[in-house]
Amino acid sequence: MQAVETTVDAAEVAKFEAMAAEWWDPNGKFKPLHMLNPCRLDYITSQIAAEFDRDLTGPLPFTGLRLLDIGCGGGLLAEPMARLGATVVGADAAAGNIPVAQVHAEQSGLTIDYRHTTAEALAEAGEQFDIVLNMEVVEHVADPLAYLTACQQLLKPGGLMICSTINRNPKSFMMAIVGAEWVMRWLPKGTHEWHKFITPDELFALIGNAGLDPVDRKGFVFNPVAWTWSLSDRDLSVNYVTASVKASA
Amino acid sequence: MDNPATPRILHFMKHDSDVVIVGGGLNGPALALALAQGGLSVTIVDALPLDTRKDDTFDGRSYALALASQKLLSALGIWNEIADHAQPILKVAASDGHAGEGPAPFFLEFDHAEIEEGPMGFMIEDRYLRRAFLDAVMAEDRVAHLSGETVVAQDVQPGGVTVTLQSGKTVSARVLIGCDGKRSGTAERAGISRTGWEYGQTALVCAIEHEKPHEGTAHQFFMPAGPLAILPLPGNRSSIVWSETTDQAAAIQAMDDDSYLAALRPRFGDFLGEIKLAGARFTYPLSLSLANAFVSDRLALVGDAAHGVHPIAGQGLNLGLRDVAALAEVMVDAHRRGEEIGAIDVLERYQTWRRWDTATLAAATDGFNRLFSNDNPLLRGVRDIGMGVVNAMPGLRRRFIREAAGLNGELPRLMKGRPI
Repeated sequence: MQAVETTVDAAEVAKFEAMAAEWWDPNGKFKPLHMLNPCRLDYITSQIAAEFDRDLTGPLPFTGLRLLDIGCGGGLLAEPMARLGATVVGADAAAGNIPVAQVHAEQSGLTIDYRHTTAEALAEAGEQFDIVLNMEVVEHVADPLAYLTACQQLLKPGGLMICSTINRNPKSFMMAIVGAEWVMRWLPKGTHEWHKFITPDELFALIGNAGLDPVDRKGFVFNPVAWTWSLSDRDLSVNYVTASVKASA
Repeated sequence: MDNPATPRILHFMKHDSDVVIVGGGLNGPALALALAQGGLSVTIVDALPLDTRKDDTFDGRSYALALASQKLLSALGIWNEIADHAQPILKVAASDGHAGEGPAPFFLEFDHAEIEEGPMGFMIEDRYLRRAFLDAVMAEDRVAHLSGETVVAQDVQPGGVTVTLQSGKTVSARVLIGCDGKRSGTAERAGISRTGWEYGQTALVCAIEHEKPHEGTAHQFFMPAGPLAILPLPGNRSSIVWSETTDQAAAIQAMDDDSYLAALRPRFGDFLGEIKLAGARFTYPLSLSLANAFVSDRLALVGDAAHGVHPIAGQGLNLGLRDVAALAEVMVDAHRRGEEIGAIDVLERYQTWRRWDTATLAAATDGFNRLFSNDNPLLRGVRDIGMGVVNAMPGLRRRFIREAAGLNGELPRLMKGRPI
């Protein structure tokens, strides 16, 4: 594909390429994402259901919705969305993720349009979506405002963006970097750079500046006893997620 | 874009159904209904012919349904079909007994009035429960029922699982679930080993008619050879579960009906008046058999296939239905959030949820049995005092009652009577 002007940090992309083949092993290098996934999906599905008035207990509830998953990796979110009936485009700036994701979607009997591209390139091409999933990406980009503006351009009027990232405070440094990278070795050292983490208020301001209305935020909280993640209304101290909408035309 | 050659591991095929369940007893149909109500399609492979399943003559077998199990049956829409045939258990009386001596002075009594939920459980005959499940399964569009078919092979691939039946037919699905009992072929074919032992005891099971009303009381007598349970059925009838050493049980089972009753009578005295047999007589050798894993790739085990427990406390079916409720909740929740229902990390949620509960109950009933099936005078003294103590402490009593009613622990929503 042609080179595109991008805000993606080249060094970050290289790190993920090295890990691409491991995506679908629940006990492999992406174990933390697999563990977090049910909780992320609960938030995403309930927000989509509320925004587009869908019944999650019915068959293929997301039929007719066009969804973009940015930083799709091996397809951990793209596949569930396709399984629920959405028309899914998975975009990743790391070329190595694309064939991994494609092979897995085929095994799963799912049709997903995986592309080696970026939010900026898709926006420039005039692509439009009902939903943009922007999960654990914004802390890796070089220019968050330019990136979120591209996300805003990708949304149809009335569209929904779900954006999750990591808070910036001493606790998140201990949990996400010391805990997850150094102690538990859940992620390779250097996966995250603490100074790129964003506080919820900063993210809401960025989203507002990008032209979207933030409507909800929740924490993802890890329970070390139950060894599971859950959603929290109050504790946004480390991982958190937001929902934003684009005003109807 | 450059697209490196990728290995084609498996070409996806359209599955016959989302789930294939091996075993058409009670847990299999219960799970099929729960999954179907949650939006999944299911094929049940039942080794028994349909006529055998439909036979509604009373054969003497019945179940003590814990309150939580009754709530699950309500949530699945089964309870209304059988409620008229169910006998509420209003009171449980447990005592130490010695043949011919009657109950010991310390007597443990649990009354349903001590918990707010209602009766502690219900007695239901196998014929009604089995028939209600069969009718519900037949009426459910999302469930296909294959009768008189046994599985000869199962093949797990990255995208799904295929079982081959004796008739040569194959069924493909995303997940295979073994509800096929203590000697689960599903577990064996998956290479899942088991841990367990025999108790050298056998349960004699029968139904009796008696002269006097039972007033909804379930009795448990702890006899030296093993426990004797008298469980109330509708009318002046009760179900008897009577444990003896395996040799003794074989001798009693070989007797004619009159001698059998003559052997039974002195074991619980004459408080129900005259007794006579009201159905066939069965024997069940008691053993413990735990699968060393409850799940593997695209496979899960439920009920006795996962854990055949000593039936001393009547918890076998209740434990199985708790598995059903937990697995159905895990799979339906996964399905609704778009996850692959056969993925190992999804199925492991079920194993994590159920394994601890099962292991503790298996250990507890095992210990309970070893303590109570003993004629050592010191142990008799210990358990008589123990029963007296439990009887005297309302908090502990409440816990016992709630545990017996299946109301302790983290309950799946079906067991709270809520829809899947």
